[in-house]
Amino acid sequence: MKLLEINNIKKTFDDLEVLKDISISVEEGEVVSILGPSGSGKSTLLRCATMLETMDSGTLSYCGESAVTEVDGKSVYAPKVQLKKIQNYFGLVFQNFNLFPHYTVLKNITDAPIHIQKRQKGEVVEEAMSLLEQMGIADKADYYPCQLSGGQQQRVAIARALAMNPKILFFDEPTSALDPELTSEILKVLRFLASEKMTMVIVTHEIDFARNVSDRVIFMDEGYIVEQGKPEDVIDNPENDRVRAFLAKVKG
Amino acid sequence: MKKKPIIAMFLFGLLLIPAVLASCGKIPAASSSGGEGFNWLLNVISQLSSGIWASLMLFAFTIIFSMPLGLLVCFARRSRFKVVELITKFYISIMRGTPLMLQLIVVYYGPYYVFKIPLTPQYRTYAAIIGFALNYAAYFAEIYRSGIEAVPKGQYEAAKVLGYTRAQTFMKIVFPQMVRHVIPPVTNEIITLVKDTSLAFAITYIEMFTIAKQLAAAQSNIMPLFVAGIFYYLFNLIVSFVMGRIEKKMNYYTH
Repeated sequence: MKLLEINNIKKTFDDLEVLKDISISVEEGEVVSILGPSGSGKSTLLRCATMLETMDSGTLSYCGESAVTEVDGKSVYAPKVQLKKIQNYFGLVFQNFNLFPHYTVLKNITDAPIHIQKRQKGEVVEEAMSLLEQMGIADKADYYPCQLSGGQQQRVAIARALAMNPKILFFDEPTSALDPELTSEILKVLRFLASEKMTMVIVTHEIDFARNVSDRVIFMDEGYIVEQGKPEDVIDNPENDRVRAFLAKVKG
Repeated sequence: MKKKPIIAMFLFGLLLIPAVLASCGKIPAASSSGGEGFNWLLNVISQLSSGIWASLMLFAFTIIFSMPLGLLVCFARRSRFKVVELITKFYISIMRGTPLMLQLIVVYYGPYYVFKIPLTPQYRTYAAIIGFALNYAAYFAEIYRSGIEAVPKGQYEAAKVLGYTRAQTFMKIVFPQMVRHVIPPVTNEIITLVKDTSLAFAITYIEMFTIAKQLAAAQSNIMPLFVAGIFYYLFNLIVSFVMGRIEKKMNYYTH
């Protein structure tokens, strides 16, 4: 089943056309990595998909339910009730974690499931604790984010997103704010989630990670998808010159 | 740790009373026995006491009304509706741009001059509270606004993705962080308010400073004004102590 379907999305900031015509679909259980140079529109694509940014034209749907349709070449958003429901299908992990600094780790994870999704407190706390266990930071439940390392904070952020039981999880450069050692902590978690068949879309600069973990790699440049396919094809034998040039640079 | 300097300052403030009294030739203490000087001080304090009470009342009611009102003004200032925003901006610029004394006079005498509504002593008290609350609300609104704008955009985005509504995001995520940001400037404002209550003399609201001035004139002695000054100072020591405690309590996290 297609969890995410984006068709012909376009997005312009003032005069700058950031997304020119992009279509993506993601199947259940698939891990998709999005690569590309800075300013290629990767993050904007993710922000449009998670509705942090409104798209100018194109359509967006989750699990076959329309969030955005197109009328006369313009994007039209579904009614609030519908969007509210669709909001539950996805989660997003930010580059800068964006944990709530005034909440403990546990409250960061449990507040939304309890107060937004109106689930049983006991059940949510139990689930949060087992998520923290998986992340290897169960002992940090009562800490505040400022008391944790960047890697630990990002693991809390991942647990917070997972606690909402999303069908698909987006990651916006989840390791870019971390040093190499902490980066490997997070990549380990992502590998674990991939092995659990979590559907994920990951914007990343970690080429090796993208090759090892993803089912599909998408390469973006200047608002277009210039190449996509199996990681070994795109990363090891790119057809497009720009992809080749970019990979040569980052691989050193 | 932080308690010690506060206590030291407090004691210093108390020591200031006899020190100032003794250093002035005009006071009875210097010319006659110490007991007389003490009686004189008690007498001044007892005469000031109704004024102290009036100052405290004005202070308390101004805080009670202006702090929540400031939040409403802050919302209006940040409104999506341009008209509301412009009106609020104008209101704030008038409140900050003209003397509080003038505003008090307008609130108190305005109804009489414009509508010929007779002035009553009761209304004098209300006018003082209304004038102060309107003025301080404008300042608090700007302080709150800076506190809200100091909350990173990422906090709103994280809340939105987790499904918090705008109201929930404000109440649960933004407001608690704002409170923390604004405690130092709010402390400043409260300390200023303690001293500003003396401006109510402009509408003959009998507060501590008014009485101290009368005593000074009657005794042709500056000391009653000094005693009043010491009361303002002591009260502000308490304010900084309490606000310092609150600030420390909110310091359980950093960004």
